[in-house]
Amino acid sequence: MTTPPFTLPKRKTTVRLGDRIFSSSTIVAGSIILAVLAAVTLFLIAQSIPALVAKQGTLPGITTNFWDYVGPLVFGTLWAALLALLISTPIAIGVALFISHYAPRRVAQVLGYIVDLLAAVPSVVFGLWGAKVLAPTIQPFYEWLNTNVGWFPLFSGDVTGTGRTILTVAIVLGVMVLPIMTAVCREIFLQAPRLHEEAALALGATRWEMIQMAVLPFARPGIISAVMLGLGRALGETLVVAMVLSPAAVVSFLVLTSQNPNTIAGNIALQYPEAFGLGVNTLIATGLILFVITFIVNAIARYVVNRRKAFSGAN
Amino acid sequence: MKFSRIGSIAAVAVAATIVLSSCASNEAAAPSDSNSAAALTGTLAGIGSSAQGTAQTNWIKNFQTENPDVTINYDPQGSGAGRTAFISGAADFAGSDAALKDEELSGTFGKCAPDSKAIDLPVYISPIAIAYNVDGLTDLKLDADTVAGIFKGTIKTWNDKAITALNPDATLPSAKITVVHRSDDSGTTQNFAQWVSANAPTVWDAEATQTYPYKVGDAAKGTSGVADAVKSSPNSITYIDDSAAGDFGKAQLKVGDAFSTISAEGAAAVVAKSPLVEGRETNDLAINIDRKNTEANAWPLVLVSYLITCQTYTDPAVGTLVKAYAGYVASADGQTAAATAAKSAPLSTDLSSKVAAAIATIK
Amino acid sequence: MTAASAGTMTNSLTTGRLPKGTIWMLLLGSWALLALVFLFVQLAGGTTTFNLVGAIFLGTILFDILVFVISYLVEGVRRAKDRLVTSLVTTAFIVALLPLISLLYTVVLNGFARMIEPGFFSSSMRNVTDSGGGVLHAIVGTVEITAFATLISVPIGLLTSVYLVEYGRGVLARTITFLVDVMTGIPSIVAGLFALALFVLLTGQAGYRSGFGGSIALAVLMIPVVVRSSEEILKLVPNELREASYALGVPKWLTILKIVVPTSIAGITTGITLAIARVIGETAPLLIVAGFTSSMNYDLFKDRMMTLSVFAYDQYANQGPNSADYLNRAWAAALTLILIVMALNLIARLIARFFSPKLGR
Repeated sequence: MTTPPFTLPKRKTTVRLGDRIFSSSTIVAGSIILAVLAAVTLFLIAQSIPALVAKQGTLPGITTNFWDYVGPLVFGTLWAALLALLISTPIAIGVALFISHYAPRRVAQVLGYIVDLLAAVPSVVFGLWGAKVLAPTIQPFYEWLNTNVGWFPLFSGDVTGTGRTILTVAIVLGVMVLPIMTAVCREIFLQAPRLHEEAALALGATRWEMIQMAVLPFARPGIISAVMLGLGRALGETLVVAMVLSPAAVVSFLVLTSQNPNTIAGNIALQYPEAFGLGVNTLIATGLILFVITFIVNAIARYVVNRRKAFSGAN
Repeated sequence: MKFSRIGSIAAVAVAATIVLSSCASNEAAAPSDSNSAAALTGTLAGIGSSAQGTAQTNWIKNFQTENPDVTINYDPQGSGAGRTAFISGAADFAGSDAALKDEELSGTFGKCAPDSKAIDLPVYISPIAIAYNVDGLTDLKLDADTVAGIFKGTIKTWNDKAITALNPDATLPSAKITVVHRSDDSGTTQNFAQWVSANAPTVWDAEATQTYPYKVGDAAKGTSGVADAVKSSPNSITYIDDSAAGDFGKAQLKVGDAFSTISAEGAAAVVAKSPLVEGRETNDLAINIDRKNTEANAWPLVLVSYLITCQTYTDPAVGTLVKAYAGYVASADGQTAAATAAKSAPLSTDLSSKVAAAIATIK
Repeated sequence: MTAASAGTMTNSLTTGRLPKGTIWMLLLGSWALLALVFLFVQLAGGTTTFNLVGAIFLGTILFDILVFVISYLVEGVRRAKDRLVTSLVTTAFIVALLPLISLLYTVVLNGFARMIEPGFFSSSMRNVTDSGGGVLHAIVGTVEITAFATLISVPIGLLTSVYLVEYGRGVLARTITFLVDVMTGIPSIVAGLFALALFVLLTGQAGYRSGFGGSIALAVLMIPVVVRSSEEILKLVPNELREASYALGVPKWLTILKIVVPTSIAGITTGITLAIARVIGETAPLLIVAGFTSSMNYDLFKDRMMTLSVFAYDQYANQGPNSADYLNRAWAAALTLILIVMALNLIARLIARFFSPKLGR
């Protein structure tokens, strides 16, 4: 008979059962996300392959190859999202600051509520509003810009007759992502350490200097997150683009003409209903490209965030 | 705090129960007891052409009123989506602005019996209008070359010589023409392009497809988007399904030597005179529209939309239901309903009997 | 004065201050001025209608410039900057409100009358072609599909954000953070196509359509928003709180459940409400996977289901010849949807108030 191997008495308190269950359930949740994303990617790739490998001229409605088809769309997607973010980011930060640090407290609560509510306006309503209200209203203004500020390269060209340009789309997208960006920024600004703010004010800083010193540095990663959320929505928005834009297969920086580059998502919404056979694969392949674009844009943003290592309570 | 938490949960639960137990006041609570032994029951799913949308809603309403135990859902997603869904078996029938293509016919169909093919049944004929929004202009005459010029972008202003020559009496503004066309692929675009390219081949040099070929003017999504764009922009012109042309001015087109006004009768006459596509099965009634019809008052700018069904369904119950529904759609009653609701042109007697004969063979 | 501010170091204690009320006078003054300008333009025949939006917008910008200049002259550069930012922030708010008010106004104006008509909340669209009909079927669909999507995505999203903030170190956490960002960019229509393909694969029926498929598509869109917003909020919980809890011998999981999450519950509920709001109005994916019906369907797992946004879109896109009937229904459905989200928001606020610890601010 050999003696049983000697084991160290385990300390019960180090790893509690509750801890183990809880931590593994969070890992499972995280892994589900990975699995879903992997499934979506697989689906996209599997459905795209027929279009990607198709011979020149065999894709329905496309004379050359897939890449010539997707090029203007990629440009349009980035261009529309960039314009939308240029419009909405400063305004969102401004509105969030107004609610968190400028407006009286009671007013601020109501305003915060209104902004949250606006996040809920469905995209189809933004589409209806953009096509039926904004485009006709803003068209005379575009004509004015075109005649008077036409020397500015972006405003030159043949002005639109209906107002359905990429600038209109960008405005609608900007308005659309505004509530979600504002809401996230506001929550972040409200969490800025109270003591720092009071200290700054006590040292004689003006309100703006206080915000510059105590709020913005603290909130920077949060603001970038908010912008990324807005960007994600602007890149992938489908129906608004389809309903408001007057698209053409062009690469053009002009924002007041009728010939606007379409976005990938908008193009899918427009062409999917009439697509058949390889056409469906082509559209899904453009979806894959959009996915890759989002991937790259996010990688860049992540890199920027990580370089300015964030302040975090949990660090 | 505990109490209010429970209270709010209870309130939500109560609200949910109310919502879920309530029944739509316009829907029968229990299946009505029908006297007829052969009462139809079941659910049909159709996907397809949005041009047929309004007509389908009306057909479905009348058919469901007649057969309360039947539910028919028609998604007006688009013709391509409809054909794709039908081929894969996702839909029991499809609505399409174009007949099945040869390569589609050579394959198999999800809901059809293995040795059976799908058939195209023309059920919806709709004239397409050249509609415009120009202040004070009520009467506009155009010929195919001018239409082609305007929509290709070579004729840029309303008082262009080509237009004034055809309309010596009209007061035409010197304004720029805003051409509005579809941004999505559509059967309307294809039919319009077929007509222009057949009648003005020298100007309109692009192939007639569902995609608008030229980079001209403003694009908008769907019939309603185009209508909105035209309504809100002065001096605009478009091609649009007559049912949605509403208050817009509608141009007269030169057909043969005379100008004809848009009319359902003119459209029906053109379709009635058009030959069937050759080389198809006997019950496949795909039509080769004669775009060069020159009879008086004919309107060759017309869209024919099809109901696509199986010749023989794998599931005979579905076959019976589709047969009954298609039978109603092609009947005089069904065609009148669509004509009233969607301004379509009823099938001519000859074509209608051919369609009825084809439907009778559906199993 | 100008010489002083340019030459010597300015000091906010010694420089002059603008009298109270100057700011408001300036704002009203510049609005009035621009209103006058536009009135002249109108009288001169430049525009046919009075351009109120233009007057307010340009007036506010004029105000921003005036405030900076006047404050710079009177109060010195630091105060001037402060005043400029204050007025800019206010301007941003006004600029943001203009389109949003226009949008809400349009929806209420076009939808309210139709919404309060009898039968709108108690009937479906079965056998309705022109006037009449209602949205009960769409409300049921919206509520069921969104509720189920929330049920799927909130636990997954919350647990993931807890993992990322409290547990996650190393490659896995970094990968998840990154991929969540990527996931926010999945176009909604692709999510719909994906869900459809998934269910067709699982059930083997090419014609598969159900509300459940819609829930899955929405969950794909919703999860990243939940993760992203709650992660940001959890990160902001001060470490002192956690350490205090550990010091008292509370296990980590209880610390998270009882200290970390409750502290940030207000932000988390805001995040979840935002996520719901993000998906409840989705149209394209639901059109593809949940399909389209004008009859009632209570069964989430079987047959097509209508939702409010699809309904609104369909009424707009497929108008009959009497387009007013269809458009009114579309606007009324949109208004109903906004009201539902408003109610949800209220509930979320109440929940946040019950659970969150009482803090100053």
